[in-house]
Amino acid sequence: MPSVTLESVTKRFAGGAVAVDDLSLDIADGEFMILVGSSGCGKTTALRMIAGLETPTSGAIRIGDQVVNEVSARDRDIAMVFQNYALYPHMTVARNLGYPLRQRRMPRADVARRVHEVAEMLGLEELLKRRPGQLSGGQRQRVAMGRALVREPEVFLLDEPLSNLDAKLRVQMRAALKRLHGRLGITTVYVTHDQVEAMTLGDRIAVLSDGRVQQLGPPQEVYDRPANVFVAGFIGSPPMNLLRGRVRSGEATAGDLVVPAPGVPDAEVYVGVRPESLRPATNGLPTLGFEVAVVEPLGDEVIVHGTVGAELIGAAPEESEAALLAGNGDRAEAVACLSPRDRPAEGSVIQLAVEPGEVHLFDAGTGLAIR
Amino acid sequence: MSVQPIAAAPERFPPLPDAGPSRHRGRLPFSPWHLVLAPLAAIMLVPLIWMVIVSLETRQQATSFPPVLIPSSLHFDNYSAAWNAVPFGRFFINSLLYSLATVAGNLLFCSLAAYAFARIRFFGRNVLFVLLLATLMVPFQVILIPTFLIVKQIGLVDSVGGLIMPNLCSAFGIFMLRQFFRTLPIELEEAARIDGTSRLGILFKIVLPLSMPALATLAIIQFMWSWNDFLWPLIIIDSQAHAPLQLGLSQLQGAHFTQWNLLMAGTVMSQIPMILVFLLAQRWFVRSVAFTGIK
Repeated sequence: MPSVTLESVTKRFAGGAVAVDDLSLDIADGEFMILVGSSGCGKTTALRMIAGLETPTSGAIRIGDQVVNEVSARDRDIAMVFQNYALYPHMTVARNLGYPLRQRRMPRADVARRVHEVAEMLGLEELLKRRPGQLSGGQRQRVAMGRALVREPEVFLLDEPLSNLDAKLRVQMRAALKRLHGRLGITTVYVTHDQVEAMTLGDRIAVLSDGRVQQLGPPQEVYDRPANVFVAGFIGSPPMNLLRGRVRSGEATAGDLVVPAPGVPDAEVYVGVRPESLRPATNGLPTLGFEVAVVEPLGDEVIVHGTVGAELIGAAPEESEAALLAGNGDRAEAVACLSPRDRPAEGSVIQLAVEPGEVHLFDAGTGLAIR
Repeated sequence: MSVQPIAAAPERFPPLPDAGPSRHRGRLPFSPWHLVLAPLAAIMLVPLIWMVIVSLETRQQATSFPPVLIPSSLHFDNYSAAWNAVPFGRFFINSLLYSLATVAGNLLFCSLAAYAFARIRFFGRNVLFVLLLATLMVPFQVILIPTFLIVKQIGLVDSVGGLIMPNLCSAFGIFMLRQFFRTLPIELEEAARIDGTSRLGILFKIVLPLSMPALATLAIIQFMWSWNDFLWPLIIIDSQAHAPLQLGLSQLQGAHFTQWNLLMAGTVMSQIPMILVFLLAQRWFVRSVAFTGIK
């Protein structure tokens, strides 16, 4: 299996829009790489350039040692699963699965053998004679995967393959995908906007925004140490609370939250606290007053929406809207995830505490993480 | 693609304004629109019925005034007389050759051009396409003489080949197929590219099999057009041996004297394939009118 390398790849469309901006990415042999970002961040364009469906405006794409910029899609030995599966409607499942092999003039008997192997692997034996129109969403998805795997490609590209499935099926397929990758070890690039898929599937994830990589690393690292405000707001659900604050002589302040920040120079900062880092106040921890608006019990936890006495920043797109709705400049919308035991009453004001080590600080000018 | 709509799909055609309320259903066993449509259909049918009646009359009955609408006896021998008066079988074969060859040509060449216009980016594509559309507005009479001169240069005057050649591809066919090709999901073609298919392979293995409705429509329209074509055969064909039906039938019509009963018998025979094609392909034909929005 080869590696895939993007070297300063830029894609500018005819209208002048820059979809991918100076993107560099090293995808190791056999790695499961996730490109994650909100819509329009360039993740699909990046994938399509690896596939050979778009040509980069500048930069080089390598598969293995070979620069493939000028190599046509069919000669790259890649396979791709499309968001809408792109199964050929006029062919049966068996013919769909065998199509890439027949195009490569594989002998008929070998095609039949491979089709049956793949069908068995994905549990499609019963469906071989049906047409895509007679299949359910999950079955179509499996056929699309099968058609991509049947050729044993060197690189496997997936463009939001699970987004058209219902929630339960998505969880099943996610696990199936992970098992499959573990077994076959094919270098995989997976595009998604779903951060749960990103966190669960990837060996590493690349968070993209405006055609640039915001952060690249193993999922846990991206979650624990977001490199900037965008990543902080994007990864994690519900998203991190980001409050406007300042550091003065080794202490960070945002509203009534005061956290020690030893060694951090005086600056205007954004203070980030994950909802799951907040807990009922206990002795000695920094606290903030939280006015409860809505309580959403989920069974294993409760999500508490409310406001805190600080100014919100509009980092993630979802949040800017919330900030507008909040309107009031000196109170910020905030979210906390609490245990059901600590479920507060709606309309009450509670004190929530946070470990100083779980507070993130970002430079207010550059948005980059300070710690 | 996979998600089933929650609400029932909307009716393909919204109900006509008067057809909806159920109070009409109690009184009429059919839609009130039929009260308008049935007389219109009858008016359309009058010439056809008259043609059949005249084809079964004697010469005197056919030319008498007022017309005889219910002949006392039926003269089926008019049909054999018309068949023998001119080389009808020859005309029939020529017409069939002309129609089938132009259908085949249109399906192939229009597909190729339409695919290029639909999917391949090349310099001047839109300008070229607009020019092509503009030719739809040029009546055949305008380009008749240049077309004749070209065919003459090639040396195909008075041959079935000369009949066929200028009609192997049509701007209308290119336009119609291009519109249809553009409605196909581009991902199918991208998937085929990744799966190792060439441009032509994509056209023949993916696009065309999915375009059967459009291809069937084009085939029917072209078949009818060629079968009923009169002007071009009149210009390019001199000898009886190469004349198609419509031209051959005109031989039954003299400058001073026309055997109307034989002419109508011949016309009925010439229309039988047309009616068969229409009955067999009615479904496609209706759909075609609905989806091109023209013709």
